Amino acid sequence: MNPTTTALRAGWSRGRIELRQSFTNGADLWAHFFWPTLMVVVTYFLRDVSFGGSGFLLGTLVLPSILGMNAAMAMVSMSQQLTADREDGTLLRAKATPNGVLTYLVGKIVSVSGGLVVDLAIFLVPSLLIVPGLATGDVGSWLTLLWVLALGMVAALPIGAVLGSVFTSTRGQGLITLPILGMIAISGIFYPVAALPEWLQWLAQVFPIYWLGLGMRSALLPDSAIAVELGESWRHLETVGVLGAWAVVGLLVAPVVLRRMARRESGSSVAERREKALQRVG
Amino acid sequence: MSVEVDGLRMRYGTNDVLLDVTFEARHGEVLAVLGPNGAGKTTTIEILEGFRRRSAGRVEVLGTDPAHASEEWRARVGVVLQSWRDHGRWRVRELLTQLAASYTCYRTPWDTDEVVAAVGLTEHADKKIRMLSGGQRRRLDVAIGIIGRPELLFLDEPTAGLDPEARREFHRLVRDLAQRQETTILLTTHDLQEAEKLADRIVILDGGRIIADGTAAELATRIAGEDEVSWTHDGRRHTRSTTESTAFAFDLFRRYGNEITELAVRRASLEDTYLALVNHAEATR
Repeated sequence: MNPTTTALRAGWSRGRIELRQSFTNGADLWAHFFWPTLMVVVTYFLRDVSFGGSGFLLGTLVLPSILGMNAAMAMVSMSQQLTADREDGTLLRAKATPNGVLTYLVGKIVSVSGGLVVDLAIFLVPSLLIVPGLATGDVGSWLTLLWVLALGMVAALPIGAVLGSVFTSTRGQGLITLPILGMIAISGIFYPVAALPEWLQWLAQVFPIYWLGLGMRSALLPDSAIAVELGESWRHLETVGVLGAWAVVGLLVAPVVLRRMARRESGSSVAERREKALQRVG
Repeated sequence: MSVEVDGLRMRYGTNDVLLDVTFEARHGEVLAVLGPNGAGKTTTIEILEGFRRRSAGRVEVLGTDPAHASEEWRARVGVVLQSWRDHGRWRVRELLTQLAASYTCYRTPWDTDEVVAAVGLTEHADKKIRMLSGGQRRRLDVAIGIIGRPELLFLDEPTAGLDPEARREFHRLVRDLAQRQETTILLTTHDLQEAEKLADRIVILDGGRIIADGTAAELATRIAGEDEVSWTHDGRRHTRSTTESTAFAFDLFRRYGNEITELAVRRASLEDTYLALVNHAEATR
């Protein structure tokens, strides 16, 4: 068999094993259920709050936005897992195996996106029962949701991989949480972005979180909801443009950064990090 | 030749770690790179593994420069890494099967159950890796290193941090592997006894250079290898160091006959040789 095919198949099985592991241990299960459940609770409390004079309920607007935000968070999981795997030597093992880094990455993409789909379902299924007024009866809605999700993944995962390569310790990873929370705050997830000052609106539109939220709203909200959006349009073209641009940049930069990171891995660099981590504990 | 290293030099900034390292490993032999801590053993082996770029010199591993090696070359080389907590959630058999799959396009890897049995982990095959003891994890590291039936296996300080029992088991495992003679083994250690026990040939690395190269017996006789002869004559105890201890004792008896009592000959041990070599190298640095 061709080496690339072998690596892709090995990566696929690696990803499936990792995914299964993340649903069969307590700590991970907690993480899988905690955030979606919290978001269901938030949605529950927002279900009857009306948004200004638009005639829309905040809960209805927020549900698809949260889906978009969660999808963007795959970037963070990718980044965190990459850093953790580098620290503990998983990546070095991959490097010592033929085509192992490719296998590893394919596995990571499979397990992170698989985990995300499950997380989205954990949030979406109960929320649909709580929130009224969504356009869920239409096949077109679900098709839009699928392409937005797929494009969002292609944009988010390479950025996550780049971030994961840049931060060498799990501690450094903590640093990216704050800017990400800030980005969520300005991206119109919990409150429509039209209510923000104009310069913040522009800033929000640079990052993928806003566009993922918008794309999800365009999928699940009735067309009359565009009244709440910037330019009173779903702006699918712009969504494809911005997410596509992030995807292209990510796909160009990630292999370079990943290759550089992998090249630097050796037994002694892992040993050094182990020393450091043990000192931290001790 | 499995490994050829000629004039290897490694410099970090202005700090020379390796000055001029030259040695070879022949096909099928067990070669130990022995040296005190900080001698540059790990740097050397990481260059050979293709994990680190060298500053100068010629290096060939299985006929290829590891700095520009392909994935096909990677499949012929086994690396025993010191595991820490990677793949802690994976089960032993699961991880080995997963890793074996990566070799199938180049060569036939070990059957997972066979390799698990070879390293003595059969009863732990379905355990999660984080539940293994230190010695068991080390054996798993070896299983991972050999899963692709490598032509050459690297072991960097393989018994560091093992208790004496685990260490003995580990030595047995490496000797078993060596006896199959399919694999050239290159290991680093700072422990002389370990090198003596496992290796067909030893190269001693100190101060960035190879300061000796040979079998344990050759090293013991070649350099500073003086036996210590002691005897009693006329009620007085005498001691003499000599490289020709047998001839010296014969000469003693010829001269004094049975006036010589309590004759003892202590052979130069490899340890004496090693310490003499390292001390000499440090003094002339």
